[in-house]
Amino acid sequence: MGGTIKAVENPKLSLNMFSPQDVQRLHAATLEVIEQVGIRFPSRRAQEIWASHGAQVDSKTGIVKAPAHLVESALKKAPPVYTLAARDEKQDLPLDGRHVWVGTDGCGVEIIDLYTNERRRSKLQDVEEIARVADALEQVAFHWVALSAQDKPAHTRGLHEIAAVWRNSTKHVQTESIYNVAEAKAAVEMATVVAGSREALRKRPVLSLMQCTAPPLGHDGGSLDAALIGAEAGLPVGFMTMAACLTTGPATLAGNLVVGNAEVVAGTALIQLAYPGAPVFYAAAQTASDLRSGAYTGGGPEDFLFGAANGILADFYNIPISMGAFATGAKEPNWQAGLENSLSTFMASIVVSDMLLGVGFLHGSRIWSFEQMLMDCEIYEIVRRTLAGIEVNHETLALDTIKAVGPGGNFLSQKHTRAHMREIFVPEYLDRRPYNVWEEKKDGPRDWARKKARNLVETHQPDPLDPAVTRELERIIAAEEA
Amino acid sequence: MSKDLFDAMRQSVIDGDPDLAAELAQKAIDQGIDPVVALNEGFVPGVNYVGEQFGLGEMFLPELVVAGEAMKAAVATLEPEFAKRGTERQILGKVVIGTIEGDIHEIGKTLVATMLSASGFQVYDLGVDVPIMKFVEKAREVNADIIGISALLTTTMVRQKDVIEALQDNNMATKVMVGGAPVTQSWAKEIGAHGYSEDAVGAVAVAKNLMGLA
Repeated sequence: MGGTIKAVENPKLSLNMFSPQDVQRLHAATLEVIEQVGIRFPSRRAQEIWASHGAQVDSKTGIVKAPAHLVESALKKAPPVYTLAARDEKQDLPLDGRHVWVGTDGCGVEIIDLYTNERRRSKLQDVEEIARVADALEQVAFHWVALSAQDKPAHTRGLHEIAAVWRNSTKHVQTESIYNVAEAKAAVEMATVVAGSREALRKRPVLSLMQCTAPPLGHDGGSLDAALIGAEAGLPVGFMTMAACLTTGPATLAGNLVVGNAEVVAGTALIQLAYPGAPVFYAAAQTASDLRSGAYTGGGPEDFLFGAANGILADFYNIPISMGAFATGAKEPNWQAGLENSLSTFMASIVVSDMLLGVGFLHGSRIWSFEQMLMDCEIYEIVRRTLAGIEVNHETLALDTIKAVGPGGNFLSQKHTRAHMREIFVPEYLDRRPYNVWEEKKDGPRDWARKKARNLVETHQPDPLDPAVTRELERIIAAEEA
Repeated sequence: MSKDLFDAMRQSVIDGDPDLAAELAQKAIDQGIDPVVALNEGFVPGVNYVGEQFGLGEMFLPELVVAGEAMKAAVATLEPEFAKRGTERQILGKVVIGTIEGDIHEIGKTLVATMLSASGFQVYDLGVDVPIMKFVEKAREVNADIIGISALLTTTMVRQKDVIEALQDNNMATKVMVGGAPVTQSWAKEIGAHGYSEDAVGAVAVAKNLMGLA
């Protein structure tokens, strides 16, 4: 059986970021953009759905202008609460607005090899090993496809990737790497095999689909079609905006939120028009582009503010969110990585982002590092404990113990101390040793993380997939490759 | 008198004002000023200034982009005058650029195109979702020195290689630059691309290098 999963649950801390009027203004601006400027939907099927519901569709440009009432009424059909199912039922993840679940990040193209320490191109074996380590870690609740299986053919790569994760983990799989009709159909077929039947899949979706928007104010045709296929089968689907200040969005944070929100809201409304009541989620990884290079930064104060703001918008629409946190721009696990990933995770967690992406990446989600993955889990653990806040009651006030010790004594030998000491955080990757010990060994958190990752890759045995299921998954992929 | 005009031209580029740049270019034509002189004495110093300030960290990418757009507007206005006088604008090289077939991601490619054009390259932007043979045909048609191919997806990135192979099949020696989030130096090397850059400013240096200018 799979291990337990640790979540941020009902945080005691809270954030006061927007007034209700602020949120209303963001929403109103979003509707104005969708109605007057329009969103590009380069998919015939999507355009037909919009047109049949009375939206104005320009078939030449693919731009859809939808009236506010149509968008708003569609969004109301989205279920506020549902569950991401896992192969192991005990690892199911309720998206109930009370939990933050962390996933592995995706989808990168390179990896720092765990044994040679060299950076190299990613392959299927990496997807398998990352899934196996994630299966073992209590902080990781679900998977994104972490790396692109570049040793597999481009047109079935996404299928090889999800099969690899299922073979190596009992946890939920959310893929961000399936964005065309053929692969989406095959993925649904594969998920059906894992779940047992079409009906079982609808009840317990072991797969969810995340599609990227094409900012500003656009979608990708293949992604739209894939999302519609997923939604038809009952797979939770979400659209992720990465609209970034300066380049794909306005320089101002509120303006960039409007652009991103318009993409997500319009995409989500489309799914509800096609399949009312289908499970959907908001997804975002907004940031500011670097002023010098224009590159996506994945860090900095703007990024942290978006981390909370998108969650607040998703709450306003009453749908779960899959939120991009972590994803440092640092080139190696270092000061920058610790700073960026801590703050982004804190801000996204305090507003209870249901799904948090994700542990393990360097250089803006491009280079996988097992060291970073394990240290990210520790960051999450620290955030999780911080958000739990301070409980004040008779037992925690410890008055009896304080009276027993009195001035000048110590609390070490108190029964109360022993009863509660395991609530105190014990770090795995913070160096609290005496200076001379460090001086002698000159090792540190990265070394310890690497050691643990190697150990997990070599020894962790996930609950195997039924061989018959494995064969069936292989058959489906082979049929696509033929 | 010309000095005032040249100063205004320079400033129009620094301010990133394409309308004003075009207007000033027209003024130069009306006054019978050689377009080569207008360009080199008026507009180019503006681009150089912005470039220097960018290097110093005093100006930023959006300012570089609007300066590029002002420059483009000036050149477009001066272009017929070059033709009329039988002279040619000096360009660093001809670049055909686009995002590869199956991929609609535009921003990075457009940034590179703008930077190249602002730096003195003649740029032919084919847009997004560009078929492999269209790169090849356009490069042949305009006798391009460089083809720039962008891709954001690992699944479309593989087609960058197809363009390089198609060029070889057609015995064309056009240099190829590749870019896009999943593209790395090692990928560029593997597929036989001649240049790679992670960002738009770096892409200009790579293009100049390919032209033997840097």
